Amino acid sequence: MVFELKNIYKDYLQGKEAVPVLKNISLAVEDGEYVAIMGPSGSGKSTLMNIIGCLDKQTKGSFVFDGADIMSCSDKQLSSIRNDKIGFVFQNFNLLPRQTALDNVELPLLYAGVSKRQRREKAKEALRRVGLEDRMNFKPTQLSGGQKQRVAIARAIVNKPKLLLADEPTGALDTRSGEQVMELFKELNDDGVTVVMITHEPEIARCAKRVMYIRDGELHSGEFAAGSRANAVAKEETAPAAEKVQEEAAVTKDIPAEEKPRTGPKTMTDIHRDLDDILNRKLPELKFSDGSDIERKGDKI
Amino acid sequence: MLENIRLSFQGIFSHKIRSFLTMLGIIIGIAAIIAIVSTIEGTNEQIKNNLIGSGNNTVKITLSNGDYEADFTWETVPDNIRVISEESKKRIEDIKEVDSCTLYRTRSNPDNLFYLNRKIDSAVIYGIDEDYFDTLGYDIAEGINFTDRHYKNFAKVAIIDSTLERGIFEGENPIGKQIDISGEPFTIIGVAAKRSGFEPVINSVDDYYTYNQTSSGLIFIPTVDWGICFRYDEPQNCIARAVDTDSMTNAGKKTADILNENILTPEKDTEGVSSALEYKSESLLEQAKALQDLSSSTNSMLIWIASISLLVGGIGVMNIMLVSVTERTREIGLKKALGARKKRILAQFLTEAAVLTSIGGIIGVVSGIGLSKVIANIAEVPVAISTPAIAVSVVFSMVVGIVFGLIPSIKAANLNPIDALRYE
Ligand SMILES: Nc1ncnc2c1ncn2[C@@H]1O[C@H](COP(=O)(O)OP(=O)(O)O)[C@@H](O)[C@H]1O
Ligand SMILES: [Mg+2]
Repeated sequence: MVFELKNIYKDYLQGKEAVPVLKNISLAVEDGEYVAIMGPSGSGKSTLMNIIGCLDKQTKGSFVFDGADIMSCSDKQLSSIRNDKIGFVFQNFNLLPRQTALDNVELPLLYAGVSKRQRREKAKEALRRVGLEDRMNFKPTQLSGGQKQRVAIARAIVNKPKLLLADEPTGALDTRSGEQVMELFKELNDDGVTVVMITHEPEIARCAKRVMYIRDGELHSGEFAAGSRANAVAKEETAPAAEKVQEEAAVTKDIPAEEKPRTGPKTMTDIHRDLDDILNRKLPELKFSDGSDIERKGDKI
Repeated sequence: MLENIRLSFQGIFSHKIRSFLTMLGIIIGIAAIIAIVSTIEGTNEQIKNNLIGSGNNTVKITLSNGDYEADFTWETVPDNIRVISEESKKRIEDIKEVDSCTLYRTRSNPDNLFYLNRKIDSAVIYGIDEDYFDTLGYDIAEGINFTDRHYKNFAKVAIIDSTLERGIFEGENPIGKQIDISGEPFTIIGVAAKRSGFEPVINSVDDYYTYNQTSSGLIFIPTVDWGICFRYDEPQNCIARAVDTDSMTNAGKKTADILNENILTPEKDTEGVSSALEYKSESLLEQAKALQDLSSSTNSMLIWIASISLLVGGIGVMNIMLVSVTERTREIGLKKALGARKKRILAQFLTEAAVLTSIGGIIGVVSGIGLSKVIANIAEVPVAISTPAIAVSVVFSMVVGIVFGLIPSIKAANLNPIDALRYE
């Protein structure tokens, strides 16, 4: 067991009023799992990730991470849990701009009190692991988006954490770099790293072994039956149109859905609406095709 | 720590203009303080040199009546003071702080000095022993010194100093000329001049006025002749040369103790009050101190004013650090997410503030030294760069950084990592 959330609630104070963002969330993640948490923007994904990442505390409920009750941990203890057991990957990389890739990757080791020589060694190893051995002394500004995210992943795994926690890791990347990152996640997971990834892109979520859905602060497990509408949706956009969908998503995601004709290839908004429809109707036993299925169909994701 | 210092330099150099402007308050404050302190030190050094004379650490131990030097022009000679024996003099010379000593009698402006029937005004006459010239750093510039024969035979010979030579003889050779002291003819056999490296004879603040400004010169005669011109049993005074300037006070006190053994039971006057005649050493060091304090106290006001500039500089540092914390909210959030503890974030920002102000302090010290040199040239005020002041300035500017960096650093350390990561 890596962590277990039990009946978690999280409220934010809006003025004097408490606005519930997470409602009664329970989730247990075992060692070696690869979990994707999906949901539309504003549904509370990042809030949930902050709690799982020990960056924030729940309002109510119990959260046990690797045997430690997080609610009763001190600031110092939380720091050392984050440093030791969790590797963060963010949508916008969050690299220190003036430091080299190597320095960035060394950072968690510095906080862990590792000696200079060992830091160098381990950081180099982590960078080699993500295929950036020839970019070690580059600064983030000299790297492409995909390379930056790989540096961030190297930083996340350099301490050999129990959990790799990623919030929209492909959100700022082009399709190709996104695929590379997913490839890397899969390899890391195959090597035994537990991965929890937050995304709103179904084709990214499909890389995971387990997909959860969050909507309006509630978590639903994604057990859908084959042949359902959701499956159709999934098939439709995993077909050759997949890349187009992503490109369109970038253009259209800020435009309210109502203003767009519901013709042509599906956009992200359409997919979300479809998902919402499914969830609202609470169709029982829907099932996504699993990863191997997609690969057999020749999909590149 | 080293990592923090490296990061600080990186941060400071990546915002060169901003960092410089932030430091400016500190630079100006420290530069002003260094310049003021240098001026104070320079003035003090000058006072000390003028009063004591560099390389001429002589202390005068005179017979005093209360706070005043006894003057036997009018006073009767007390009968309870023994002539100081050779043995006492030996003991004085054996004091470890004393290099050499001399016994002498003196009279200022006696009215019985004549040269060619012209009265010599405002000269000072000394009856001296063999050690006088050596102890006070005189050389015989012309003619010869007193010899043993002169002392044994009560020879009526005199040596004058170069001031009197210039004043009375106006370019003529004084050797062989005669002056009248109390109607007795004395033959001038030499001219004494202060050794180079010895400051002018200024043995006390009084001398400073009486001799330097009004005296027409000095006349020396063998001490054995004193009785011929004045009274033979007049008490002697002593000048001791200390081994160094700092030993002057001790040398004077110990010498006075030995001399006071020659004063028998205190003399009672008609009212039965003992006249407090005793040998006192004149502490030039203390006199110099008093003068120095006077000049320092006026200047230390200036230091307070300069400190205000440091305060303003400190507030500037605080302001910029607050801006810097806000700007780097994301960085701080990230570091906390990666496991950096509060203490580390606090240390990082404190180090940055301290490094910033220390650099400011160092630049300030350098500018201050430059400024002192400029002041020395323009205002012709002596300046002395003081090493402790430099060290204190740099440390102080570092402290300013830590004090004024504290609030921004605490703010940084207490940032909530989520808010910090969310910050745009
Ligand atoms: N610090 C906060 N204060 C108030 N409301 C917040 C705060 N953080 C998030 N929220 C609200 O919580 C909801 C969920 O946000 P978030 O978890 O960021 O969503 P997601 O990551 O799924 O897009 C949003 O409605 C957001 O406005
Ligand atoms: Mg989010």
